[in-house]
Amino acid sequence: MANVSKINRRAEKLKQQAARNRREIVAAGLSRRDMLRMGLLTGAGLLVPMSGLSVRARSSAGSLLFDSGPGSGPSSPPTTPFVQPFVRMTVKQPVATLSPTPTAVPNTAAGEGRTISHQAFSQFAPVKFYEVEQRLANIITHPELPAQPLWGFDGLVPGPLYVERYGRPVLVRNHNNLPANNGGFGKNFVTTHLHNGHTPSESDGNPCDNFRPGQFYDQHYPNVLAGVNSTHQDVGGDIQESMSTLWYHDHMHDFTSQNVYKGLAGMYLLFNDHDTGDETTGFHLPSFGDGASDDSNFDVPMVFSDHLYDSETGLQIFDTFNFDGVLGDRFLVNGKVQPVMHVHPRRYRFRWLDAGPSRFYQFFFTDKTNLNQRIKFHQISTDGNLLERPVEVESIRISVAERADLIIDFSKYAGKTLYIENRLEQVDGRGPTGKVLAAGQGNLILKIVVDLPPIADNSVDPATITSFYGLPSKTATPRITRTFNFDRSNGLWSINGRSMDPECQEVRARISKNSVEHWVVTNSSGGWQHPAHIHFEEFQFLSVNGAPPASTGLVLNGRKDVIRLEHNMQTKVFFRFRDFVGRYPFHCHNVVHEDHAMMLIWEIVEGDGDNIRNP
Amino acid sequence: MRNMHKKTLAGLLLGVVLLVGVAAAQTETKRVKTPRERLAERSFPNVTLTTHDGKKVKFYDDLLKDKIVIINFMYVKCDGKCPGTTANLVQVQKLLGDRVGKDIFIYSITLKPEEDTPRTLAAYAKAYKVGPGWKFLTGDPKDIELLRQKLGFIDRDPVRDADKSNHIGMLRWGNEPHTLWAGCPASLAPNKIVKEISLVDWPDARRGGDR
Repeated sequence: MANVSKINRRAEKLKQQAARNRREIVAAGLSRRDMLRMGLLTGAGLLVPMSGLSVRARSSAGSLLFDSGPGSGPSSPPTTPFVQPFVRMTVKQPVATLSPTPTAVPNTAAGEGRTISHQAFSQFAPVKFYEVEQRLANIITHPELPAQPLWGFDGLVPGPLYVERYGRPVLVRNHNNLPANNGGFGKNFVTTHLHNGHTPSESDGNPCDNFRPGQFYDQHYPNVLAGVNSTHQDVGGDIQESMSTLWYHDHMHDFTSQNVYKGLAGMYLLFNDHDTGDETTGFHLPSFGDGASDDSNFDVPMVFSDHLYDSETGLQIFDTFNFDGVLGDRFLVNGKVQPVMHVHPRRYRFRWLDAGPSRFYQFFFTDKTNLNQRIKFHQISTDGNLLERPVEVESIRISVAERADLIIDFSKYAGKTLYIENRLEQVDGRGPTGKVLAAGQGNLILKIVVDLPPIADNSVDPATITSFYGLPSKTATPRITRTFNFDRSNGLWSINGRSMDPECQEVRARISKNSVEHWVVTNSSGGWQHPAHIHFEEFQFLSVNGAPPASTGLVLNGRKDVIRLEHNMQTKVFFRFRDFVGRYPFHCHNVVHEDHAMMLIWEIVEGDGDNIRNP
Repeated sequence: MRNMHKKTLAGLLLGVVLLVGVAAAQTETKRVKTPRERLAERSFPNVTLTTHDGKKVKFYDDLLKDKIVIINFMYVKCDGKCPGTTANLVQVQKLLGDRVGKDIFIYSITLKPEEDTPRTLAAYAKAYKVGPGWKFLTGDPKDIELLRQKLGFIDRDPVRDADKSNHIGMLRWGNEPHTLWAGCPASLAPNKIVKEISLVDWPDARRGGDR
């Protein structure tokens, strides 16, 4: 312990020194060119990560320091890695009935916070009902830290796992039972977004559709394929637009980052007749089974998040005064700091989600005893949409809210220990530097020990899968091409130089129902990156930096709902807007940027949309 | 013997009293600080500032503690957004009515303390006809810089950070006892800013709430 505190003190001293030095540079009034010439600044405008200059420099302890503003970043108390078991998320159980009975019209008299009637309540009448509450719970995230006062759905962090099927509409009644005392951060008004459900606007979790403690809100999830009410597709929607891995999280206006960080997030799986959850049927992907036990569940969703704990109290803290984005120095999977998972020597489907708040990851499997080994696996989806076919990869990069499903075959690693390692360098909340660290130099996040006994594997080798659903055509002529520039204006984040209307009343683009649009989405900066997320409909890339996605590999051809806008990137994407009318947001999913105005509202309307090209 | 006994007893008693005292003191120092106290320690340096009416005030003790506050940075000789922000906040103050100065306070901190003396700021406040409960603040440049960093009015690019006009487009607002903080663009319509600030209002409209 003495040694640890010595290291902490040294790190603290280094940070203070760095802050002093940087203040002096600023005070000296050096120009950008001067700084570049003196080797103090990188081409991207960052201070070079030199010890004593940048707080982002590596400390002698070898870990990235938390960065919460120049020179002032605190770090978490030490925690011993890999001492607690990996935990699967609890599967949410339905209820037989809800009282009062759900109604299409908001039940204001009974305390419902919803203000808009369900638009597809009778067309897709719910057949399954859930009741969930947002509430305070004291949760252990690491045995060496005190119990954390978190906010969770049903008091769980992450929240319970919804396991659903296409064609079976559900209704989720949310009860807001959050306390008045927020324990340091977080707003106790909530609105739950199912990302990226094909959900009518009033059930989508619009940032202004929030409701208060004591109120409830019924959310109607039809679980239908996109195109179900469209003039473009056959009856029943387009099977090529099936989704598999979704997540839900709080979307409270101005407070999404704090509330999600505090625990209000979980996952939602959708199966169908092809992606069945049973490895003996359909696409023969590893079975979901009971979702709970080592011998039955081989389809394992994983929520990744990074957090910071107070060095004095050990309680989770959030820097509400950092609007660039916040990084943690402790890495959690399914709510536990650096857990250990035991697996059988067989194929598994992992579903990875970056739950933020601001960190991007590039995950590799690492064998610490053989760092040169390149461990390959198959990526099968992007943002919950199965690719044309599995693609063999050795790493997957995801930014906040992006998901990736993959299949890894542990039969080749029987008896071995592997780690999920994040090798993407990120030193502040604005986005990664782009540098991929050497094997073993990144953040080891999950320890996987292949020590369970051999067990039957009826899943198919992904290398032999030649096709999933195929991809929808993207050749239809757009009604309009709109451009969106993600930028910074007047010291705050903006889209097309404008900020979010806090009342969600200002509709920046009115889109004709059943129309095709092209959106050009740009990040003209080399200083930050933005995971740009569009609710409700998924897109396909037409081009990335001018090149068609086919030239950069199959993964970019997949359907997505987050455009990972890297440095100086311009993308052009294809959308069809269908099925329901109403308002949805388009926003940066670095949730700190989102809370600082990097969001706009668009609306699907009956009849003619507008012709605004720079919304 | 009896005396000695008494002395020993007295000594013992004194010892017990001392022990209890030490134990109490230890309990006192070991008390886990509340998230509110830790937030104040991390983010609200209790530096001394001077108001435009010439009063010395402590940033945390006098300006934040137990209050709902709106904070921005500005400077008087500002060609960019400052005048617009101040004019906008004048409207916000009008909309908030007599709550400003009672439980809601507005603070405009100068980014150029060398130029903006209390007198300059007083003239500026007078020109905009700002009402009571809104203080323009100046102080030691080191303290102002510390506040700017801690409250997040910064740009990671050191060149952009050095340009003070980059730090005037934002409002920070919060409820100190309820540890509830957020921010928004200073250019929003005044009624929308008021709506934003309502998000950190006391629960059930009771001052102090049920914390």
